[in-house]
Amino acid sequence: MTTIQDLATPVVNTWCPGCGNFGLLMAMKRAIIQLDLERERVVAVSGIGCHGKITDYIKVNALHVIHGRVLPAATAVKLANQDLTVLGFAGDGDAYNIGIGHLSHAARRNINITYVVHNNLVYGLTTGQTSPTSKKGYVSKTTPRGAFEPGINPLAHALASDATFVSRGYAGDMHHLTGLFKKAMTHEGLALVDVLQPCVTWNRVNTYDFYKERVYKLEEEGHDPHDLEEAYRRAAEWGEKIPIGVLYETERPTYMHNFPVLGKGPLARQKIDADKSSLLKEFQ
Amino acid sequence: MRIAGLVDNTVSFMIGGEAGQGLTRSGSLLGMAFMRGGFHVFGANDYPSVIRGGHNFYVLRASDEEVHSQGDTVDLLLALNKETVVLHLGEVTTGGGIVYDEKTELKEGDVERDDVELFPFPLTAIVEEVGGTDIMRNTVALGAAVGLVGFDKEILKGMIYDAFAGRERIIEMNNRVIDLGYEYAMQRYHETFPCRLEPSSENPGRIMPTGNDAVALGAIHAGCRFYAAYPMTPASPILHYLAAKDAEADMVVIQTESEIAAINMVVGAGYAGVRAMTATSGGGFCLMTEALGLAAMIETPIVLMVGQRPGPSTGLATYTSQGDLLFAIHASQGEFPSVIVAPGDVEECFQLTAEAFNLAERFQVPSIILTDKYLVESHKSVDPFDTNEVDIDRGELHVVGGWTGTEEYKRYKFTDSGVSPRILPGTKGAMVMANSNEHTEYGYTTSEPDETAAMVDKRFRKLDALRIEIESLNPVKTYGDRDAEVTLVGWGSTKGPALEALKMLRRDGVKARFVQVVYMEPFPTEALGEALKGGGKHILVEANRTAQLGRLIKLNNGFSFEHVLLKYDGRPFNPGDIRARVMEALI
Repeated sequence: MTTIQDLATPVVNTWCPGCGNFGLLMAMKRAIIQLDLERERVVAVSGIGCHGKITDYIKVNALHVIHGRVLPAATAVKLANQDLTVLGFAGDGDAYNIGIGHLSHAARRNINITYVVHNNLVYGLTTGQTSPTSKKGYVSKTTPRGAFEPGINPLAHALASDATFVSRGYAGDMHHLTGLFKKAMTHEGLALVDVLQPCVTWNRVNTYDFYKERVYKLEEEGHDPHDLEEAYRRAAEWGEKIPIGVLYETERPTYMHNFPVLGKGPLARQKIDADKSSLLKEFQ
Repeated sequence: MRIAGLVDNTVSFMIGGEAGQGLTRSGSLLGMAFMRGGFHVFGANDYPSVIRGGHNFYVLRASDEEVHSQGDTVDLLLALNKETVVLHLGEVTTGGGIVYDEKTELKEGDVERDDVELFPFPLTAIVEEVGGTDIMRNTVALGAAVGLVGFDKEILKGMIYDAFAGRERIIEMNNRVIDLGYEYAMQRYHETFPCRLEPSSENPGRIMPTGNDAVALGAIHAGCRFYAAYPMTPASPILHYLAAKDAEADMVVIQTESEIAAINMVVGAGYAGVRAMTATSGGGFCLMTEALGLAAMIETPIVLMVGQRPGPSTGLATYTSQGDLLFAIHASQGEFPSVIVAPGDVEECFQLTAEAFNLAERFQVPSIILTDKYLVESHKSVDPFDTNEVDIDRGELHVVGGWTGTEEYKRYKFTDSGVSPRILPGTKGAMVMANSNEHTEYGYTTSEPDETAAMVDKRFRKLDALRIEIESLNPVKTYGDRDAEVTLVGWGSTKGPALEALKMLRRDGVKARFVQVVYMEPFPTEALGEALKGGGKHILVEANRTAQLGRLIKLNNGFSFEHVLLKYDGRPFNPGDIRARVMEALI
């Protein structure tokens, strides 16, 4: 049994006191424990930004990469060793600005990984600039007259890319988020969990109070997660009410099924010195 | 086996026409037929970046000894359109011939040479006679070429049979047009045309891969099991080949959404313990540089081929260059050890790709295979690669069920060599923590000055061992006369034309040698210093504008070249260009 102590690292946490990342981290540790995953079998891939420090704070295998490239790296880790549970962690800048192209393609591929986006609607580590999920009119150092563009809708984006698991969590409801992570991590295919995560230092709009008044749980309102049209409708919802939970879930063969070699077991554990000299024949 | 050429013991062909006429395909089939008939061959294509129209050609040279490049002239021009005649008339050897469609209207003044033979052929009429499509005119031309030089048309038919395996109707039609083209040549022109390629009764069993084929085969035999790439000329054929062979090669092969995705996937696969590779050209490599540094920082082995073409930017998308050498050496921010190797022919593409995987894994660094369009798209006949020669050395990678160390596993453990033991993520009792931030031995982030300097030093300890290793790998090769009066120095695909130039110079009575720099990083200063001793006048030969190898040699060896031959028009050197520069230097 993996315990909460097993998942602790000796690194001093430097997230701001009250940061939504704490709730997210704890929910992920609980999900790993409740799913009874061995920490050696879990790989966390993280990007650049406040969220990226998560690989210092959770004792599993870690691959901390460059800005925006969590999905390609995580995709390959899974292809290289299908026995591993692969978790991708990215910020909203990572996932929806510089790396947004990869989201469509990872979704199309339906690679069997969980993609957790720490969505605080602001740039944290670079000191408070506008993010792709910041709403139109959001005032920051880079948008002193307010953001010119409407915010990106990541859930609709994922739905439009044929993602097979599209969900949203809230870092202020750890119990609910733990459940969401467990569903995502047992889903066969790309599972997006967009986590609303208040930034207590930079974002004075999307605060705990802001979300507390607005978030509601889809499962409590009888939402059918297999209804794509309804999922689009819920994805468009942002204002008085903000839905959390599983918006959409469906089954489709994962990316792994396309590669004959993966039928022989994890690629990383296969012998690589087999005789392939018959391939020379066609050049004769 | 008998050969008769016009200038030496080679016979050169060019087949030219429009894009879409299957010129590289038919030219290489003819080359493979000659190879099966016992000849050595070399073939290179030239095409603009268009799918239909535009002028394309393929040059093929056959000999009874190893042939390393195209020649300076063409003994037999197979012109599928008028443009080919007009554009290449000046390249036809005195005494050579031009095969063209009798329907082509050549006006007075189109062929202002009385020293070449014109061989009009009913190319279109023959195709129409058998009910074939227009594209089959190229096969008629092959039949004509075979007849003109007295080659065995049955060997060509055998080649067609293998190339179109199972497509009976196409094979039959091609066989008929070969017969008709051949008979027409025998009846009318065979006696007039002086070149001969009379085959041996034995097929010596050689292979005729391109540089791309050789890199792909080298990767497969080195145990590469993951290939991710984005299409880009001239590297795309590797992706095509591996995608077709993924099951046989036991590989995961992916066409990614970008070069950025490709290299980050390769890094992910490498981290998880799989030998992984990508390939691209300069523009794609620009996009990959950030993740190249990631691989270096997290000490994850990756292999990357860069097939150079002229830049900057899109440049000449389908032509050749050696303009990315210094870029490759300095790519990505910060300082880190890496390997850069520049093969010069298809055998080296195979062998050095395999070596690149071993070096990447033993030293846990990125390995770059620096090639160019001319090298990776040209065909050369060689003895089959000795696949038993490929040793897989994974260095400090330990594929074990459980961690048995006495202390907690440290991904970046300090060692004398700088190389830390790697285990697979998923190993019981250990966590593999890779970190693009500067990190501690465990892999946790640090910004402490002492820890930072210590980790930088650890990475650079690998460079000390790597330098010694590179010096032991024959990183500089010398060909030709020991007591040379002139020494050519070059790298990569320049090797082919340079070796052909040596043959010409030998006939001229000039003692010459060629020094090939094979490893570029770490730079083999010691081996090159030895090679540069003596050797008369030194001439640097490079396909770029700024003498990049020359600058590296100046930096590392303090050696300056008095004579330089640079070419930056997108075309490879002809042997005669190099010979002429030697003669100029010797005056």
